[in-house]
Amino acid sequence: MKTITPQAALGYLVLAVFVFLSLLPLWMALKIALTHPSDVYTSAASLTPETFTLGNFLRVMGLPSDIELTASRASPIDFMLALRNSVIYTALTVSGQIFFSALAAYAFARMSFPGRDLLFFAFLAATMIPSMVLFIPNFILVKQLGLLNTFTGLVAPTILMTPFAVFFLRQFFLSSPKELDEAARLEGASQFQIFWRIALPIQKGPIATLGILLAIQSWNEFFWPFLVGRDASVRVMAVALSDFMSQTGRGNPDWSGLMAAIVLSIIPVITLLVVFGRQIVESLQTSGMK
Amino acid sequence: MMKAGSNVSRARRRRKETLTGLLFVAPALVGFLVFYLLPTLRAIQISLTDWNLMRAPKFVGFANYTKLLGDENFWHSAWVTFAYVLYNIPIQTALGLLLAVLSDRLARAVSLRAVIIAPYLISNVVAALVWLMMLDPILGLVNGFLEIVGIGRQGFLASPDQAMVSVAAISTWRHTGLTALLFYAGLQAIPRHLYEAARLEGAGEWTMFHRITLPLLRPVLAFVLVTSLIGSFQVFDVIAVATAGGPSNSTRVILWYIYENAFKFNKMGYASAISVVLFVTLILVTLLQMRLLKADQSDLT
Repeated sequence: MKTITPQAALGYLVLAVFVFLSLLPLWMALKIALTHPSDVYTSAASLTPETFTLGNFLRVMGLPSDIELTASRASPIDFMLALRNSVIYTALTVSGQIFFSALAAYAFARMSFPGRDLLFFAFLAATMIPSMVLFIPNFILVKQLGLLNTFTGLVAPTILMTPFAVFFLRQFFLSSPKELDEAARLEGASQFQIFWRIALPIQKGPIATLGILLAIQSWNEFFWPFLVGRDASVRVMAVALSDFMSQTGRGNPDWSGLMAAIVLSIIPVITLLVVFGRQIVESLQTSGMK
Repeated sequence: MMKAGSNVSRARRRRKETLTGLLFVAPALVGFLVFYLLPTLRAIQISLTDWNLMRAPKFVGFANYTKLLGDENFWHSAWVTFAYVLYNIPIQTALGLLLAVLSDRLARAVSLRAVIIAPYLISNVVAALVWLMMLDPILGLVNGFLEIVGIGRQGFLASPDQAMVSVAAISTWRHTGLTALLFYAGLQAIPRHLYEAARLEGAGEWTMFHRITLPLLRPVLAFVLVTSLIGSFQVFDVIAVATAGGPSNSTRVILWYIYENAFKFNKMGYASAISVVLFVTLILVTLLQMRLLKADQSDLT
């Protein structure tokens, strides 16, 4: 039997502290979300809610609840609308980016055409450009096209490609067998049919992994939507949460409402982590996000 | 012997492949040209103008850049950003390394790594808001705890002296898991027999870490340092939500200063000039770091 050395015991203790500190803030958000607004300040040092209520969740979802706030403290944000906008933004970005990036990645990996390597190198080099350098001209472009506060403007910079997605998928197309492509070509299949019916289905796994990573990233995206999508009709969750904070004032914000909205907003991400934990961990380990 | 006909058909096939290849790349190429290449060039062009988006841009040469050199606020924001990087990077890297080595030795279950990565998978905005709550003077758990142990309540994000450290701590909380994950992956590539051999010769944990782990982890260390440094120089989200550059401009980092100039004061030219300077600085820092860490060489040969 393995005996636990004092060194190992100390190691386990440190690991436990890491896990505790990683989860503590999220636990506290849940605690405040479950606390009646009038009790929020009385139990600051406690790890569990003193009074238990689901009212905060109900009211941020726009459902009838037993919690009444004065008009000055009531939320000016429609969270269900923001949730819908986040779903639309994420779905468009992820599906578009994966499809168009996969097309390009397949061509980079499997076809030869003049300028291919130069172009791929240019795509790679683009990962070096700080987002702020791009955001000012992109903002101006979107504004001049009259696309501020539209989903088109929101998704435009990322729906056609990101260098990361192209790079990620190219690696997988490079390593997949060519024999099936050749066989299909002999039977007269077009290049797009080969891509759509053979190459893409073989890479189901990596594409799903990329989809999960991109979905989390899009769901969390803040800077660009903050610049071009402030109107409530297209405002995504991350921007809505930050507006909520600045609009209810720093003095006496509606903490329990805010934390309830936060808990609702991270449920999709936590669900993905619980279900696809292994894929997420392994892909981040090898590539890093972005 | 090659027949003339097959030459012709091969050329035709090649032409067809070129056309199909370009068609496949076309949508991504449009995205690349319109939203990456063009804006990069345009940022440089705009940086040479005086432009508030209302009137036509006026060409001013390098005026924005010379103005930058004498702008106290710019240097202050550069200094604040540098301080943030100094608070953030060493601690985050050290903690990530510790966490990676411990989980490699003691707990290799994927579920542990999934928990550790959780803070990274929630957004900066949520991290900032949750920590605003945790560090709140009245309802925050941290201040409640500090009062119980007798240290007393602190201002944290509301204090000019503590705000930048607090923002760095929030970033460290969010990123340590990712750093640990990358180190963990690097550790898997180190042959186990090296440790067994060292142990046979009576080497302790610290000696093994110092003589085997650290040198062989250098390429990963270089990658982690380069990417986290580039990320740190561009800190924005947490600041936008938690401090808005305050209190008393103590967290007005470079990106916040660019944002203010571009989108609050409508000085597109000046803001672009700062962003171009940031871009060039990041490239130089990256090259320097790669050089110092010899990122492209591994000791494992």
